[in-house]
Amino acid sequence: MKILVAIKRVVDHNVRIRVRPDGTGVETSGVRMSMNPFCKHAVEAAVQLSEAGHGDEVVVVSIGPRTANDVILTALAMGAHRGILIETDAELETLAISKLLAKVVAEENPDIVLLGKQAVDDDSNHVGQMLAALTSRPQATFASEIKVVGQALEVVREVDSGRETLSLPLPAIVTADLRLNTPRNAALPMVMKARSKPLAVRPAAEFGIDLVPRLKIEKISPPPERMAGKTVATVADLAAFIAADVSDMEAL
Amino acid sequence: MSVLVLADHGLGALSPATARVVGAVSTLGPVDILVVAENPAAIAQSASALAGVAKVLTAKGSSLADGLEALLETLTVRYRYVASSAGSLGKDVMPRLAAKLDLMPVTDVIAIHGPNSFDRPIYAGNAVQTVTDNQPRHILTIRASAFRPAATGNAAPIEALDGTVVSAASLIATHRTESDTPDLATAQIVVGGGVALGSAENFQLIESLAKKLGAAIGATRAAVDAGYAPNDWQVGQTGKIIAPDLYIAIGISGALQHLAGIQGAKKIVAINTDAEAPLVKLADMALIGDLFEIIPQLLAELDKAGLKR
Ligand SMILES: Cc1cc2nc3c(=O)[nH]c(=O)nc-3n(C[C@@H](O)[C@H](O)[C@H](O)COP(=O)(O)OP(=O)(O)OC[C@H]3O[C@@H](n4cnc5c(N)ncnc54)[C@H](O)[C@@H]3O)c2cc1C
Ligand SMILES: Cc1cc2nc3c(=O)[nH]c(=O)nc-3n(C[C@H](O)[C@H](O)[C@H](O)COP(=O)(O)OP(=O)(O)OC[C@H]3O[C@@H](n4cnc5c(N)ncnc54)[C@H](O)[C@@H]3O)c2cc1C
Repeated sequence: MKILVAIKRVVDHNVRIRVRPDGTGVETSGVRMSMNPFCKHAVEAAVQLSEAGHGDEVVVVSIGPRTANDVILTALAMGAHRGILIETDAELETLAISKLLAKVVAEENPDIVLLGKQAVDDDSNHVGQMLAALTSRPQATFASEIKVVGQALEVVREVDSGRETLSLPLPAIVTADLRLNTPRNAALPMVMKARSKPLAVRPAAEFGIDLVPRLKIEKISPPPERMAGKTVATVADLAAFIAADVSDMEAL
Repeated sequence: MSVLVLADHGLGALSPATARVVGAVSTLGPVDILVVAENPAAIAQSASALAGVAKVLTAKGSSLADGLEALLETLTVRYRYVASSAGSLGKDVMPRLAAKLDLMPVTDVIAIHGPNSFDRPIYAGNAVQTVTDNQPRHILTIRASAFRPAATGNAAPIEALDGTVVSAASLIATHRTESDTPDLATAQIVVGGGVALGSAENFQLIESLAKKLGAAIGATRAAVDAGYAPNDWQVGQTGKIIAPDLYIAIGISGALQHLAGIQGAKKIVAINTDAEAPLVKLADMALIGDLFEIIPQLLAELDKAGLKR
């Protein structure tokens, strides 16, 4: 079986971002970047499936600038076998990302495609679902457990009402949630070894896809500030505050 | 300029989010609601009562993404907008439908400025993006908690569609969280507990306070990961987004991923041993102290204060 994992390089999730004063975006220069946390869970799941004998090859693909090589190297150090960087300096929309990934799926023909459920920068939560549509494959989003059962996958999904288990015939698309696994930290020898694994760099233009954005971003603004609050000294005071607030509430 | 809304439902009832989605999009045009369920009748009844609804369409089948994509694709030609709540169903289906139609969706909409102008949060709510969508058709998911529910009292006609919705995927089990507390995403009061609770048994302290206040229960990812609370109680960037009138955060530090889920709360109360915790800094009212001492006293004091819910 072949597994393809799509990974994204994003502003590190520990960085508190700032909106640029001119409203054109957020400050990303000089900010620490790393692999999107959800993508790490996707890579870990792929490597675990491979280690359990379900994947002969784990291929990772990232779309972004040349510097996105570093997240591919991280994935190779975690145990993926081969990397593809689709190089572009443009800010691509999720539809364009999905179309590029669909081309890779057509070339590589993987049995399973794993993605993160969302990227922590843009928080879109689109790409896996869009790729599933473009490749006409069944999908299981927000996965917290993945099992190979014969020619199918059994996936536990985290949904609004709790959890549910889907059975998907292969080939299929799965997006990873945070409780899927605990991503490994690659040991130094693996990091060294990653540098010798194949990594193809291909310009996005090579795929012949219209990458022009559909949506126009008018502005990016900071959210409204909250006023710093007060402290009460006793439980009775807190109870009075809560009781007063509750009695002021409009009945729904 | 008509709108099709995909209904959210659970346990055979229309979910409260749907009324808010209808409230949000009825400014865009007359609304038809699509109910897809094994037994759509009762859900369709509730949908038909919502103000702004012109017609309710029903189809039998399960709500899996590939099947819904196929059904929605055929229906979409009649509409300018297709919308659903930004809950797990809408997130699963709408981007898939959009890609099928070669459209870019606008998701997690928190404000509608006009027929093609929308706000959506990015970077865990630390920035808000205003986008113009000039595509011929608009695929939207709506953050229900950012809008008020549509009124009721309507009686829109209900029309059953032919055929059933079929998917390549199949649902083989559901594991529902049994709870009689209100829907978290739309609740007026939420009591949230963090990893400081220390065990699932202790988490019942949160549940008893929630019961007293008629509140929904929230939890941090750390509390869910530790097994103190079920996954569908998680509030934050990767959990549910809430916007209650009152959020009471107990033993929660206020990591930015958690704050992403509570920015819409009107008032925030924090109970924490650490006066420097980010959530204490942000709260409208905080009490510094040990939750294990405070909650039992608070329950008694609320009784004394004559709280009625
Ligand atoms: C004009 C314009 C301006 C923009 N400005 C900004 C901006 O200022 N800041 C900003 O953050 N974004 C900006 N974007 C958005 C854009 O760069 C998004 O990051 C992109 O749309 C992907 O969204 P997402 O990562 O949230 O997707 P999601 O759907 O949340 O990602 C889910 C999963 O898809 C996969 N995936 C996503 N992207 C890639 C990728 N590049 N390579 C490989 N796999 C991937 C990963 O597995 C990921 O976990 C802009 C877009 C446009 C058109
Ligand atoms: C990609 C990503 C996504 C994430 N998504 C989410 C998300 O959606 N939701 C979410 O919540 N988190 C999310 N997280 C996790 C988040 O970063 C924090 O780890 C988490 O919110 C912390 O939970 P906590 O406040 O319960 O625990 P802690 O940060 O450990 O805080 C516990 C608090 O309890 C206080 N305390 C301790 N004992 C007592 C006592 N006896 N009485 C009163 N107070 C006490 C402490 O002072 C402290 O402030 C995400 C993380 C990542 C990386």
